[in-house]
Amino acid sequence: MTTFDPDLPHRCSPSVALRPEPFGALAYHFGTRRLSFLKTPELVELVTALGDHTDVRTALAASPVPRAQHGAYLAALAGLLEAGTIEPADPSSTSDGAAR
Amino acid sequence: MKLVDHFKHGLTSPICLTWELTYACNLACVHCLSSSGRRDPRELDTAECRAVIDELQRMQVFYVNIGGGEPTVRADFFDLVDYAVDHQVGVKFSTNGVRITPERARRLASGDYVDVQISLDGATAEVNDAVRGRGSYATALRAMDNLAAAGFGEFKVNVVMTRHNICQLDEFASLADYYGAQLRLTRMRPSGRGADTWEELHPRPDDQLRLYDWLVAHGEKVLTGDSFFHLNALGETSLPGLNLCGAGRVVCLIDPVGDVYACPFAIHEQFLAGNVRDGGFAAVWRESELFGRLRAPQSGGACASCSAYDACQGGCMAAKFFTGLPLDGPDPECVKGHGAAALATADRAGAPRPTRDHSHTGPVRGRPVVLGMPTTRPLPADRLCDESPLAGTGPR
Repeated sequence: MTTFDPDLPHRCSPSVALRPEPFGALAYHFGTRRLSFLKTPELVELVTALGDHTDVRTALAASPVPRAQHGAYLAALAGLLEAGTIEPADPSSTSDGAAR
Repeated sequence: MKLVDHFKHGLTSPICLTWELTYACNLACVHCLSSSGRRDPRELDTAECRAVIDELQRMQVFYVNIGGGEPTVRADFFDLVDYAVDHQVGVKFSTNGVRITPERARRLASGDYVDVQISLDGATAEVNDAVRGRGSYATALRAMDNLAAAGFGEFKVNVVMTRHNICQLDEFASLADYYGAQLRLTRMRPSGRGADTWEELHPRPDDQLRLYDWLVAHGEKVLTGDSFFHLNALGETSLPGLNLCGAGRVVCLIDPVGDVYACPFAIHEQFLAGNVRDGGFAAVWRESELFGRLRAPQSGGACASCSAYDACQGGCMAAKFFTGLPLDGPDPECVKGHGAAALATADRAGAPRPTRDHSHTGPVRGRPVVLGMPTTRPLPADRLCDESPLAGTGPR
């Protein structure tokens, strides 16, 4: 099992498609056929933006998620890593947040 | 709002879409939910099926469960599967195995986005063939042999649970393990020809308890399509799943002629939302008046005051409907016994009949006979009360 390290870069898996829904989005992994639910619009935005940041913490800091909820969002991301929705990214392929 | 509450209000597109490609089938299973047998001349042609797939891609319906009838008897079946996969619509198809040759199994194994589900309703030929027809067990096992030999990986083995096979749960699990397959157990509904055989096949209270205990012990390993939530009131442990009737909310059926029903077990005018030929599937899913009603808050009706309502949510709409019970009352298999009481006073003979019947009218090779019945099963009586209540209940 991959351990989630928020100090490393991550990205939304290229095998995953996100479908917008009233609660957030439905994430489908075409490789594992696994369905996950991103339960808030903020989480959808964060997952989509992960690949543009040098690490997860930076992505979270740049997002509109209130500080008090960062812990909960990190926990949600750990679950999404386990589900394969997000994956560790190659550090050289990410830029800093300015590249968005 | 909790996720499950969002589901109750319906999603932008279905999560679990069943698409039956044809009413044609080489078998004549006695519990067939769609009364399949003969092809319908109005079935969607190849171009129309492709148009449906194009629309599913636009709606981001990521996968469909294809069934029938026996879908693989359509000449364009494997072309349609390829077309769907090429358009980001993954496919799981249900088959009795008749067309899963060694060569076909190898081709299926070479792709990633196609999953295969073999129907098997007995862990032995005796139990299976009594429901699905003589030789159908051998056909299913040959298909499983071919898939395993081709290195397909984890295909599914789907079992409709009856009073005759619940005692075989461990054997089904062993069989699935042997093939490296995953077991999927589903509830028998009184839909299609299942309405005629439900009395003789549906699990009795003891069988339900056995099934519930087995699912609690092995639930992590098996799939259920969330079809047993009506059993949740049997104990402290909730079975894994949404515990929710998804009809018209996250689930629906496209039938072979393009009619869209609220769920695969509800092929009846009352649950018909529209047709894909009239403006497409998305319009039906998003704008149908019927689906709007199913997504509105539901009252528990006669069940609202029951302590188990939170656990069972009143059970299955189709099971109530086709046994002549009101939709806002108990499920016919209510574990608190309210269903049995309701059935005793319900107008069973007046229960709605399936709107469509494509059953074979001529002879079918290996036509099944329900366990305990004489080898030539008479045509179903016009009214249920014309048939002896003891029929089919003899020792097997």
